[in-house]
Amino acid sequence: MNVNGLMRILAAIPFVGILIGVYFVNRVTPYLFGMPFLLSYCVIWVVLTSVIMTVIYFIDPKNKEGAAE
Amino acid sequence: MNSALIIIFIVMILSIFLGIRAKKGKDMDLEQWTVGGRGFGTIFVFLLMAGEIYTTFTFLGGSGWAYGKGGPTYYIIGYGCLAYIMSYFLLPKIWSYAKEKKLLSQSDFFVSKYKSPSLGILVSLVGVVAMIPYFVLQLKGLGIIVSEASYGTISPAAAIWIGLAVVTVYVMVSGIHGSAWTAVAKDILILVVVLFLGIYLPIHYYGGIQPMFEAVDQAKPGFLALPDTGMSPSWFASTVLLTALGFYMWPHTFGSIYSAQTAKVFRKNAIFMPIYQLVLLFVFFAGFAAILQVPGLAGPEADLSLLRISIQTFDPWVVGVIGAAGILTALVPGSMILMAAATLLARNVYQAVRPSVSDAEVSKIARYLVPVVALIAVFFTFKGGNTLVTLLLMGYSLVTQLFPSLICSLLKKNFVTKQGAFAGILVGVATVTYVSITGATVGTMLPFLPQAIKDMNVGIIAMVINLIVLAIVSLATKNVSVTTAKTKTVS
Repeated sequence: MNVNGLMRILAAIPFVGILIGVYFVNRVTPYLFGMPFLLSYCVIWVVLTSVIMTVIYFIDPKNKEGAAE
Repeated sequence: MNSALIIIFIVMILSIFLGIRAKKGKDMDLEQWTVGGRGFGTIFVFLLMAGEIYTTFTFLGGSGWAYGKGGPTYYIIGYGCLAYIMSYFLLPKIWSYAKEKKLLSQSDFFVSKYKSPSLGILVSLVGVVAMIPYFVLQLKGLGIIVSEASYGTISPAAAIWIGLAVVTVYVMVSGIHGSAWTAVAKDILILVVVLFLGIYLPIHYYGGIQPMFEAVDQAKPGFLALPDTGMSPSWFASTVLLTALGFYMWPHTFGSIYSAQTAKVFRKNAIFMPIYQLVLLFVFFAGFAAILQVPGLAGPEADLSLLRISIQTFDPWVVGVIGAAGILTALVPGSMILMAAATLLARNVYQAVRPSVSDAEVSKIARYLVPVVALIAVFFTFKGGNTLVTLLLMGYSLVTQLFPSLICSLLKKNFVTKQGAFAGILVGVATVTYVSITGATVGTMLPFLPQAIKDMNVGIIAMVINLIVLAIVSLATKNVSVTTAKTKTVS
């Protein structure tokens, strides 16, 4: 698989996690990190999005040193 | 005058000082004024775009929603994530095209891509109409904050006039440079205030964050998740998606894309922006803490919950710091909106109608339009009444209608013609207006559908109609503009 394809798949993951996932996690318990389950689920995706974007940033050839903009 | 007011006034004066000082050593032509000479680095762009998240709507509205609506509030941290992912791929493309063509406003982008000044006029008008309620909302928030934090000694109306004068002065003098420097002060202050409130209040009143949620859940079972109908998971998913699409379609946000120095700025920001949103969690915590401590705020009064619980808990000087942070959350987005609206009207409406006007004159007109737009907004602030949230949601749905033709214009082979773009936007905007005014929902229009679809955000319908019309008209007018389409694909 080329890098662009991989980046697209990575970028799609949070969309699935948030837009589809919400149908399955709409509940208050169990509490996670002290928060209702649905809220902690959203928070996990916020953190994962940052992680995924970091990975994308480092595999993207455009961000390599001296790459032309 | 109490200590809360003194602190609020010091911060206001400081923001005027920062705003005016930002002009230093710069020759303020329109490019400097509205897009900072395309010279902003990662931090300024980050703060200008983050300004979009921390407006008075999130500061008061985020805690207000947590207080009044509970679970549905979580959508606020969901849509940003998706918007930032898209930003990684879209913003560098928009930025480099804008730089190459020396674009200054959002409408310029449509004019240049579709080779149609009339499309620019339409996009400008949609943008200005959408931004006015957004600005009105900031002003109302400002009025609430000052009058609450002054313990009622300054009326909301007086506060609105003062805030408006501050913002108008520094926008006219320094343009986007003023906003950027005030944004620095704002984000530092808001970070401190929100983290403090969100941690201190739950511990002080409930002994911790989980005990607070447990107490709320016991008092209102199910309140901390989504309801089965109405603001259900379908509502959540459709609203997150629509809001994410509309996120960068606001003219002032779109305009701040141009201010970056390199495209790399956006890709770097896409890493930090999602996590920065977690600050909003603490805004929610403050709202949830207020549920059992300052009960009885009904309807729009829920927006007061953060301030009311602060007044009940702290000394006046702390309330002053909170109020000052709140005011900055109104001033920064407010200044961006004013500037974007003035630029659109001067450049994409006035100059489009009278092409003989020189650029220097447009620059001057844009600046004189700032107080005019400000006064129009004040008029609506005092006349608007309770329909404000309706107007804001309408504004968001309006700008989202620009998304399909924008995204298509970035394709290598854009099948959309200028007529298609024009018709799609027009029909989408008309649908949004109709739906907002009549209060129709998917359920009332299509009652035979299953509940999961009925709960969807009504903006989806406008978007679908927009897309259908855009496709049909584009196919019908394809031969007319096939030559322009060919020259466009080069970029």
